[in-house]
Amino acid sequence: MKTDSPFLELEAAPRVRVWFDGQPLELPDGANLAAALLAAGVRTFRHTPVSGAPRAPFCMMGACYDCLVETGGRVQQACMLEVKDGMRIARPHEAEAAHAEG
Amino acid sequence: MQKADLIVIGAGPAGMAAASEAAGAGLRTVLLDEQPRPGGQIYRDVDRAAGLRGSILGADYLHGAALTARLRSPGIEHVPGAVVWMIEQGFQVSYTREGRAARVAADRVILATGALERPMPVPGWTLPGVMTAGAAQILLKQSGVLPRQAVLAGSGPLLYLIAAQMVRAGTPPLALVETQTRADMIRAGRHLGGALRGWRYLAKGLKLMAEIRRAGVPRYTGATAIAVEGEDRAEAVAFESGGRGHRIACGTVLLHHGVVPNQQAARSMQVPHLWSQAQQCFAPVADAWGRTGREGVFTAGDGAGIGGARAAEYSGRIAALKAAEELGRLTVQERDRLAAPLLRQKARETAVRPFLDAAYPPYAEALAPDDATIICRCEEVTAGDIRSFARLGCQGPNQAKAFGRAGMGPCQGRYCGLTVTGLLASANGRSKDETGYYRIRPPIKPVTLGELAGAQDTPAED
Repeated sequence: MKTDSPFLELEAAPRVRVWFDGQPLELPDGANLAAALLAAGVRTFRHTPVSGAPRAPFCMMGACYDCLVETGGRVQQACMLEVKDGMRIARPHEAEAAHAEG
Repeated sequence: MQKADLIVIGAGPAGMAAASEAAGAGLRTVLLDEQPRPGGQIYRDVDRAAGLRGSILGADYLHGAALTARLRSPGIEHVPGAVVWMIEQGFQVSYTREGRAARVAADRVILATGALERPMPVPGWTLPGVMTAGAAQILLKQSGVLPRQAVLAGSGPLLYLIAAQMVRAGTPPLALVETQTRADMIRAGRHLGGALRGWRYLAKGLKLMAEIRRAGVPRYTGATAIAVEGEDRAEAVAFESGGRGHRIACGTVLLHHGVVPNQQAARSMQVPHLWSQAQQCFAPVADAWGRTGREGVFTAGDGAGIGGARAAEYSGRIAALKAAEELGRLTVQERDRLAAPLLRQKARETAVRPFLDAAYPPYAEALAPDDATIICRCEEVTAGDIRSFARLGCQGPNQAKAFGRAGMGPCQGRYCGLTVTGLLASANGRSKDETGYYRIRPPIKPVTLGELAGAQDTPAED
């Protein structure tokens, strides 16, 4: 997807394919999902249900819930998940956010 | 249900040390932790990261491997990936692991839930690209990922540590925008006697600052009016320093002005807390052993008041000795003999704190933000909203929930609670203790019906 990542990755690791928001990404197998998405250049993880404002990881330790994504049929914290081959990840609450904007 | 003597919650320095000390005294100990590997945030993923990037992270970080090694004792059952969501009297601890709920019971509980970044609400702090300095540390430790174009803003030694680590990794920050002033440092001078007992910390701080200076990273101090600018992501940091305005274009902004106890688990058990003026946060009331106002519940580490990783380790061991004595595994004499050197070492480790607390106070404008600044990230409630609730008669944080949903989002007040208390206290002319804090109720982390339905609740084993 995007290559203009604002992040530097110190080590190379074997990669697997996942989908974020319908786009294929090659992420390090077993890596922290939030870190891997950031390093892959993903800027917006979700939009808030209140105003539709964009959000991305803030605390990286499971406390702030700003990195929420939808995967495996559930809305979960990306910073508490590990990358798995074939994972499908979507931005949660897109319908609610669109409603808030409208 | 599984039954143990002791449940320790959190596998950071306090929790790991508590578990190994308790197991050493013969207690069957269950150590529950959210992360896939032990270490807490300070020693996050140390077993893997030590070999990969130990030279960037430094010797103090590598010390964590000595603690994780001791978890291999047969008396310790370390349960990684366990998200605790309820602790009931008795004690029964409910947690979720791999999509299933489970429970474990024990006679004593040690809460070693650590610290959170002090919320630093400044304009634009909710934009993608703004993270805590602690988040940057976690990205580096666990994932070997660093921001390329970052500005560090706030105050405190952690900013120097992450800046120096970024220098070592070849991506120095664009600037350090520090909020503390020369006057803060002069005021801190009266604590220098205590600080000299903790000279190791001062020496480390000076060494980090020298590394940052050699790398040519610009430092601004006494910064005010800090704001993150950008449309849908952080693009620049604007601030005033030295009597003029500055603006630094950047891709990432790392905020930090100290850490505060993570109160959620203790509050959910109605452990009494009091406001600490020195550390500008609430901390659980506890004695020298870490015993709280709730019988059988101990607190250890930064969750009991900020003392740093080494002090956390000693406090974990001290609490474990007391628990072992209460459960009849140690005599009072044995307990005291083992605890005496630990209490001395803990005192030495915390001697530097009054100096650090005074030298690097919280950023005043983030404690009392402008009306337009969002303070509850989840529900997008502003400081002005909270002040208007106060004008309508809102006395405390729990009422603020009813007035405008502050603290009712998924983070359950973790990143707005202290700000709401501060704003209401100031608006109503009451103390922080009178104003109080959110009432924290289980589940302290979300749990789904599917996880409950899949619960593995085996009959009691004994």
